[in-house]
Amino acid sequence: MDVLEKLTILTDAAKYDAACTSSGGDRASRKGYIGNTSSSVAGCCHSFSADGRCVSLLKVLLTNRCVYDCKYCVNRRSNDTPRAAFTPEELADLTIQFYRRNYIEGLFLSSGVFRSPDYTTELMIRCLRLLREEYRFNGYIHAKAIPGTAPELVEQLGFLADRLSVNIELPSETALRTLAPDKTKGAILAPMRQIQTRGHQCREELAKYRHAPRFAPAGQSTQLIVGATPESDLHILRLTQGLYDRYQLKRVFYSAYVPVVEHALLPAKTVKPPLLREHRLYQADWLLRFYGFRAEELLDEAHPDFDPRVDPKCSWALAHPEFFPVEVNTADYEALLRVPGIGVLSARRILSARRTRRLRTENLRRLGVVMKRAQYFLTVDGKLPEGLRFSQDSLLRYLVAAERPQLPPMEQLSLFDPVG
Amino acid sequence: MSEVVYTYDGSFDGFLSCVFARYANKEVPIAISRDEDFPPTLFPCRFIPTDPAHARRVLRKVLTLSPYGARLLQRGFLTCLPDRELALLNLVTTLLEEGPGFLRDRSHPAVYPVFRAVRHLEGEAHVLKGFVRFSDLGGVLGGEIEPKNRVLPLLRSHFCARYPQDAFFLYDRTHHEALLHAAGQAVIRPLADFQMAPPDEAEARYRTLWKRFYDTIAIRERDNPRCRMTHMPKRYWSTMTEFQGPDFFTPQSSPAGVPAPGAPAGKPVPGIPPAPGRSVPGSSL
Repeated sequence: MDVLEKLTILTDAAKYDAACTSSGGDRASRKGYIGNTSSSVAGCCHSFSADGRCVSLLKVLLTNRCVYDCKYCVNRRSNDTPRAAFTPEELADLTIQFYRRNYIEGLFLSSGVFRSPDYTTELMIRCLRLLREEYRFNGYIHAKAIPGTAPELVEQLGFLADRLSVNIELPSETALRTLAPDKTKGAILAPMRQIQTRGHQCREELAKYRHAPRFAPAGQSTQLIVGATPESDLHILRLTQGLYDRYQLKRVFYSAYVPVVEHALLPAKTVKPPLLREHRLYQADWLLRFYGFRAEELLDEAHPDFDPRVDPKCSWALAHPEFFPVEVNTADYEALLRVPGIGVLSARRILSARRTRRLRTENLRRLGVVMKRAQYFLTVDGKLPEGLRFSQDSLLRYLVAAERPQLPPMEQLSLFDPVG
Repeated sequence: MSEVVYTYDGSFDGFLSCVFARYANKEVPIAISRDEDFPPTLFPCRFIPTDPAHARRVLRKVLTLSPYGARLLQRGFLTCLPDRELALLNLVTTLLEEGPGFLRDRSHPAVYPVFRAVRHLEGEAHVLKGFVRFSDLGGVLGGEIEPKNRVLPLLRSHFCARYPQDAFFLYDRTHHEALLHAAGQAVIRPLADFQMAPPDEAEARYRTLWKRFYDTIAIRERDNPRCRMTHMPKRYWSTMTEFQGPDFFTPQSSPAGVPAPGAPAGKPVPGIPPAPGRSVPGSSL
């Protein structure tokens, strides 16, 4: 089998993993080595695939042979699909040659469980060691830690990779038991905890010794599949928040479940992937990480799922009329961040511009505030923007209309449903 | 105050000399434009010769008032803002009259157009860090871009840090400039025309591999062309490997008597622009 064929099979098998970022590392170039890791905050996207997702890393599996039989997965043992495996040399050569041509920012190496988690991780380590030491690759590497791997191997992997990730995949233990019988919650969380403590320890060592080796300098992330099992958005968001709080993850990725297999326990193959739900979860994820929101504020037992018509921040604003309007010229940063249509950047710009003069409505748009949403929640010098009339009912309609053009064109939304 | 039009040689120092002349002559130019693309007008026009000493004085003054203002000035000069010289002159005069405080307010009429143009420039440079595609031409990496702004000065440090060992060049089709890097040294030189040499066997193979990877990684059920275009507007596609026709992926083996395929006619060493390779239909895109 030639490399082109292997690449096709192993890319096809890896594409359902949502994580593709090259952020968080800032390793300068080294003499005799090729590459560095991007210093920009957002990483570097090298292309966007036809589904609009960023292509930043060469995302492949080392092998798609797998001893596990997770029901939702294309690579499960019982699936009749062509199998392949890269040799370490092939993979290292591909990475280096793609990197030189500026196709990619680095390598995203994942793998099916070949023989056992330990054996697979050893293969991955051999691959990465060849790439780092023989081929002298200094760019970004994202490696998967497979649940159930021995801690010593995870440790070795962490010193070779920039970012590690352990995929949770299914957001509850019951779902794991029914759909992924080979995995347990404990086996997933153990390496996560290990990566967290080891990373922390390593940062302490770095403060003492300048040349201490770096363990996964870009931290760790995880992925949850959305829509394969009946968990509510509230459940997923609480889990996310717990992961950020207790495991200091850099990112939690959500992957709308694409029905690839027919199974009694899974959605039928005709069901479309819940892209809008995934989108709302990402929006809420941003609110947790950058806007100071908590999961309990966005959703509760009475409203366990997000309103598909408006984004989570607008939903929150509609449910909390007592918080608004916010006065642009005096409100603090945290209050500004709660206004729909004001983001982290525009809130900072407002603070900075306020130091030189009182703001007026016409300034706000130039500072990056999205007025079609923000106008309903702001006052400027105690006054609402001129000519604006709305009631609580019409407000929802206006906000839905404002968002409409940006929604993925796939679900018919009714304006006449009661507020969710 | 008489109305006058300034012309200058198009360099940054030349523009700073215009700023100097505006104060030395106590007049306000109604237009400043490059010598070459200056349309004939009835207004009196004056050519301002470039004086490095004057340019240094202007830049030093701006720097002492506000390093951020100096950055806006330098970057603003690289943008494609129409009448950028006047907008930048306006920024400098406001800075001299009001002091640096107003720069904090992005919505200030003197700051906003420049700030927006600089953001456009920086955004374009940021996405190009990813969208640039190099080809291995006999050991030298070569790439082409077609940006709206002059992004090469912003891309220089990024690519030099990324490929410290490699000799590479990056040609800007819009502004006819090339960034050349070899042996740890990088320069940006004007270069009138350039044709990429056709790929050899190995190059064509890696292009094919990449195209296959790109086509495979997309999930068909999630197809979303509009989202892709938002993140990667079509104007960048012309220089990207993923979107080229079949010719781009076939090695052009040369008939006997023609130099080895794939190798450019000259290795770009700083100071010596790469000689154009042969033009082959399909390979120039």
